[in-house]
Amino acid sequence: MANIDTINKDFADLFEQGKELLSNGSSDCMNKTREKAFVQFQELGVPTRVNENYKYTNLIPAFDHPYNVNLRYMEVDVDLNDIFQCDVPELDTNMVLLTNGWYYGNNKVLTELPEGVIVCGVQEASQKYPDIFNAHYGKYAKPEEDGIVALNTALAKDGLFIYVPKGVVIDKPIQVVNLLRSDRDLMATQRNLFVIEENAQAKIIVCDHTLTHHKYLSNSVTEVNVAPNAVFDLYTLQNQHLNSVILNSIFIRQDKRSNVLTNTISLYGGTIRNNHHVLLDGEHCENNTYGMYLLDNKQHVDNFTSIDHAKPNCLSNEHFKGVMDGEATAAFAGRIFVRRDAQKTEAYQSNNNLLLSDDAQINTKPQLIIDADDVKCSHGATVGQMDEDALFYLRARGIDEKEARQMLMFAFAHEIIEKIRVEPLKDRIDALVDTRLRGEISKCNTCALACKN
Amino acid sequence: MLSIKNLHVSIDGKEILKGINLEIKPGEVHAIMGPNGAGKSTLASVLAGRDLYEVTEGEITFQGKNILDMAPEDRAKEGIFLGFQYPIEIPGVSTVNFMKTAVNEHRKHKGLDPLTASDFLKLMRDKKALVEIDSKLTNRSVNEGFSGGEKKKNEIFQMAMLEPKLAVLDETDSGLDIDALRIVANGVNKLKTADNSTIVITHYQRLLDYIIPDVVHVLFDGRIVKTAGKELALELEEKGYDWIKEENGK
Repeated sequence: MANIDTINKDFADLFEQGKELLSNGSSDCMNKTREKAFVQFQELGVPTRVNENYKYTNLIPAFDHPYNVNLRYMEVDVDLNDIFQCDVPELDTNMVLLTNGWYYGNNKVLTELPEGVIVCGVQEASQKYPDIFNAHYGKYAKPEEDGIVALNTALAKDGLFIYVPKGVVIDKPIQVVNLLRSDRDLMATQRNLFVIEENAQAKIIVCDHTLTHHKYLSNSVTEVNVAPNAVFDLYTLQNQHLNSVILNSIFIRQDKRSNVLTNTISLYGGTIRNNHHVLLDGEHCENNTYGMYLLDNKQHVDNFTSIDHAKPNCLSNEHFKGVMDGEATAAFAGRIFVRRDAQKTEAYQSNNNLLLSDDAQINTKPQLIIDADDVKCSHGATVGQMDEDALFYLRARGIDEKEARQMLMFAFAHEIIEKIRVEPLKDRIDALVDTRLRGEISKCNTCALACKN
Repeated sequence: MLSIKNLHVSIDGKEILKGINLEIKPGEVHAIMGPNGAGKSTLASVLAGRDLYEVTEGEITFQGKNILDMAPEDRAKEGIFLGFQYPIEIPGVSTVNFMKTAVNEHRKHKGLDPLTASDFLKLMRDKKALVEIDSKLTNRSVNEGFSGGEKKKNEIFQMAMLEPKLAVLDETDSGLDIDALRIVANGVNKLKTADNSTIVITHYQRLLDYIIPDVVHVLFDGRIVKTAGKELALELEEKGYDWIKEENGK
């Protein structure tokens, strides 16, 4: 096995040798940010378990593999619009496809978007809309604090850009489908930027899929700025195969009176690491951060979250739940900062886990750092087995054991699904979770997905 | 209908039931009374199939079938219903979904098709009226946030939905005010037919003013020490359980 120094050196070589390809097509803003991030990456490297924040996720096996890296857009030899059709009934969305981290060249034109809304690739946005782009790109992510964020910033070429102008409400959710499709093992870097202006509203659903069964490492960073009084929802549905590694870092900045809800649902995947950072940077914000993970086999999910109450009078609710079977392992870290002036903060956090086997493992770590004195905060973590009394109660009414277990698991998970603010999506996720909890794989598209799970 | 012979039951090696004999015929109402710790709830749980208890000796046959090896759900489908002393709260499981699943499992067992959505809702409506339970409660998760009385009413509602042949009501009266007690008892009486039987387990006689038993048993220290008509309940109410203890040398 390669050691971490070799891995880091390989990236340094890639960066030096690929410099021209990397800077080609990217704006000056992107390239300047890139240069700086590369220096930061050289200092930090890929995080190892020595790093307290990565104590429970060993990234070395994920990185220690000869991946292909595409530093330019590769034409897709089929029409992805045909291959991928989301079969969520009633879920009427504006659908955008990305392939291996790049904005798909043959995306259908979204004709139903309100005027002024921009949905395009990051590369395109950096050239066409420099005023908006430069004001936000690289402003929220923190490459100085995390090697994989630095690596993403150094290698970032494309991803999704969404701009919702002041006062505009997008009724139909925007559905972003990230497709990994390759004929060889691949590392994808994706960089997204969502800008929601004052008093605007948007809901984004992100679906991560693998279309071929190669080994994938996907390192994505999403920056979101939510301006005063704006409302923003981000639903992330991670449904890949066991041979995939998802590194998903999200940085959300909220301005005053904004309202944000995120729900990160890890249905299937090999190794998943979600870094979820929220900065409440104006008074009277509301933030709802939810997540769920359903694991079996040797799957691993690590949700690392931080909610930073930088201003007074904000409310945050954070709730993650996990159901784990087999030899699955998971970690949850929930850090809440309440800064000195952030009086009247209300911050609530909990993490509940249901372990179905003796070998499943969860490490959960709530952490509150409170520097203000007039706050309401709570946190709690539970790890438990199926409630035998409840199981007996259901069985005593004639429901067989398997179904009774299913009902209880589903009930446990449903608390998180219930928070979804898009009704048809809620129903669909209910169905996916129900199938998943029955030990089946929830395929959620009609593609001829032939994954060997 | 039910025949219990020389039933011995232990939990964690400690013997709780020490040779119970009980015969119940269709249409009969039996009351089982006794002081705390006599083994009343253990008997109820064992009948329903709770696996915390170990049956070390004896047999239980229900409608001619040995039920000791049956899973709780199979006993339920055969027609045994346990009204829990402490009904369990199950957040996230809706009462409607719970009952629909249970009713359809029972129907499947009888070789019947599942109820259509509208037939099921009609059944719910009829049975809710029978036990005077509020729709607000049945629209919630199972027992979640219910008061003690509401939970007991919900037990009788479930009983009404499932129409068991043998209902075992474990201290259904405990914690009920007189109005709730009347409603619960009334529900039980309305469900009574010439073919089904009821075991009413209680500590106090009051419930038996409303549900009139054919036979009253006194369970003490793991054995049935006295069996008589309904007048025995009144005697117990008047004299307490001390004389039973004395008669049995404790």
